[in-house]
Amino acid sequence: MDAKDILGLPKTAHPLTQEKKSRPPKESQRKPDGISREVYALIGDEKITWQWLPFTNSARKDDLQLYHWVRVVNGAPPSGDYSFAKYNKSVDVIKYTDEEYEKYLTDPVWTKEETDQLFDLCQQFDLRFIVIADRFPSSRTVEELKDRYYSVSRHILIARAASPADVSGHPLVKEPYKVTQEKERKRALSMVLSQTKHQERKDAEVLAEAKRIAESRARMVARSARELELPVTFNAGRENDERGTLRMLRVYLRTYALDQMIVAASSSAGLRTIKRVEQSLQELGVNLKPRVPTKAVCSEHLELRKEILTLLNLQKELQYKEADGSSYRDSTYETPGTPKDRTFVPDSMMFGGERVGKRDQKRKGPGRVSEAPSSPAQSKRPRKLKATDL
Amino acid sequence: MSARKVGETEPQPEEGGSAQLPQSIRASKSTEDSDKKSTDRKLKDVDICLPIVYGTIAFYLGRKASESQSHKWTVYVRGATNEDIGAVVKRVVFQLHPSFNNPMRVIESPPFELTECGWGEFEIAISLFFHNDVCEKQLDLYHHLKLYTEDESGPQSTKKPVVMESYNEIVFPDPSEAFFARVQNHPAVIVPRLPAGFNLPNPVLNDNMNENKRGDTKDHPLSQWFLNFSEADELLKLAAARQEVQAHIVNVRRKLSLMDGVPQLSKPPSGFEYA
Repeated sequence: MDAKDILGLPKTAHPLTQEKKSRPPKESQRKPDGISREVYALIGDEKITWQWLPFTNSARKDDLQLYHWVRVVNGAPPSGDYSFAKYNKSVDVIKYTDEEYEKYLTDPVWTKEETDQLFDLCQQFDLRFIVIADRFPSSRTVEELKDRYYSVSRHILIARAASPADVSGHPLVKEPYKVTQEKERKRALSMVLSQTKHQERKDAEVLAEAKRIAESRARMVARSARELELPVTFNAGRENDERGTLRMLRVYLRTYALDQMIVAASSSAGLRTIKRVEQSLQELGVNLKPRVPTKAVCSEHLELRKEILTLLNLQKELQYKEADGSSYRDSTYETPGTPKDRTFVPDSMMFGGERVGKRDQKRKGPGRVSEAPSSPAQSKRPRKLKATDL
Repeated sequence: MSARKVGETEPQPEEGGSAQLPQSIRASKSTEDSDKKSTDRKLKDVDICLPIVYGTIAFYLGRKASESQSHKWTVYVRGATNEDIGAVVKRVVFQLHPSFNNPMRVIESPPFELTECGWGEFEIAISLFFHNDVCEKQLDLYHHLKLYTEDESGPQSTKKPVVMESYNEIVFPDPSEAFFARVQNHPAVIVPRLPAGFNLPNPVLNDNMNENKRGDTKDHPLSQWFLNFSEADELLKLAAARQEVQAHIVNVRRKLSLMDGVPQLSKPPSGFEYA
C-alpha cells in the first residue's frame, strides 16, 4: 500500500465494486508465502511482471530507440507515447522571408545577417536572451537583442495582419518593448540588491513612520466621521471645521451644535482639565448645559468655557514658573507662614479646587535646598486635591 | 450682516424648459417646475431656526386612580412662544413604552401632543418629521416621563401636575428658497434678514398647511403649566461669569509678565544662589 503510494501506482487496476467487501479482510489476512509483505504490496494481486522493453520518444527528431523497464499488467504493456514527450515545448519564433525583411524590417543599426543570426539563436535557445547574448557573434547587450527581436516580431505581425484592429489586442502590439524602461528597471533592481543593511534599515524606518502617520490620520478621520456621521476634513482650526461640518447637516439641535463646539474647543485639554472647567462653571453659578440654549446663550456659553480654559492654562503656567524658582522667591513674594497658594486667586474663587498648598514641583533643579515647611517627595505630576488642603 | 448668496447659479426658467438642469432628469413628485426649483435652490450661510419646547405634564388621578392607571399625562412638542409650528413640522411620532397598545403614536397635525394614562415612568422617543421643502431627514428627541416629584412628603396633588419641559432650537442650515419664502414672516420661526433686493419666489403653500385648524398653543388647556424660558437670565449670568473670568485672566497675565521681568535665579547650569 505505502510503497504503491510512493511510486504513484494505482492501488488496483480494476474498480472495486464487488471485491470491496471481500478485499479488506483478504488484504490483511493474506499472508503470502515466500515473499515479504512489502514486496507483495508492490506486486499486487494481478499478474504483474516487469519487462525490459524498447521505446521511442516522439519529442526526438531522430528514430533513436532506447530500452527501459516497463510494468506489464496481465501481459499488456502500457500504451501511449513516452510519458515525458509532452514536456518538450518550444517558442514560436517568427520566421520572415527575405522579401518581408526588405519591405518592413530594415534597420540602420542591424544588418540582415545579424538579424538572421539573432532569430536562429532565439529559436534554438527558446528566447533565453542571457544565453543568446553570450553566443551572439558581435557584442550586443541583452536590451539591444531584445529590442531587435521584439520590434521585428511586432512589425511582421502588423504587416501580416489583415487589418490593424486584428492585432491591436496582441501583447506585442499593445505593450511594445521599451529599452529605456528596461534599463531603468534593471538599474533600480540592482540598486535594491546592492543596498547595504544600514540603508535597508533606514528605508524600513521611514516606511513604518509613514504608515503610522497614515494610520493615525485615518483613525482621527474615522472617529470624527463616526461622531458626526459625516466625512470630515482634517485638522487646523477645529472649531471652524466643526462649524463647517454642522452646516452639512440638514437639520440639527442647537444643543448638539454646542456640544460639538465644546468638544472641538477642548480637544487639546485632558479629562482632568475638562472636569476643572465644569467645576469652575458650577462655582460661577452657570448651568453646565444652558437651560435656554438660544443662539446668543450658546455663543456666550462657549466663549465662557474657552476663557476658563485659558485661565486654567495660565494658572498652570504660573505654577510651573514659580516651582522653578520656588525657594528663592519665598522671601520676595510671600511672608513666611502663609499657605503656599500659588494660584494667586482669592480663596472665594478656587478654580478647579487645585489649591497648591504644598509644593508641587515638576522639575528638579540641581542642588535645590528646599525650605518648604512640608515638602513631599518630588512628584512628577501635581497632586490631586486632598481633604487636608481645604 | 454679511451678504447672503444664492447657492446655485443655475438658470431660472419660470416656465418649463428645464432640460438643462440635472434635477430634471431625476424623478420628482413636484408638479410645478418653479416650485421644484425653489426647493432645490439653497440659501447659503443662512440658518432658519425653530425654537421649541417639548416635555410632559402629568396629573395624579387621586380617587380615580387604579393600579395600572395612576396618572394621566400629556406629552407634546410646542413652539417656544406657543405659535403654530405646523408650518415647519409635518408630523410627530411619539414612541411609547412597549407595554402600551400601539406604542407608536403618529400625530399628523398640530398641536403635536398625546395624552395617556399609566403608572410608569419611561423614556419617550419623539421624532419630528418636516415638510418636503424643509428637510427630508427626521429629528429625534428623547424625554423622560416624570410622574412623581422628588419631594415625597405628603400625598400627591391632583391639582398640581408634575411638569418637565425642555427648551431647544431646531436649526436648518442652508434652507431652500421655498422654505425661506414660506416662513419669512411666520411668528414661530426665526429667520435672518436678507439684504435688500433679494428676489425670492412667491411662497407656495403645501396642502398640508392647516390654515383653518388652530395649531398654536396660546390658549391650550395646559398652557397655565407651561414653563417660562427666557434667555435674559441666562445671558446675564453668563455675562457676569465672563467678566469675572476675564478679570482673573488679566490678573494672572500680569503676574506672569512680572515674573518674566525678574532674572531667573534657579537656572540649572549656572548654579544657584540664595536670595
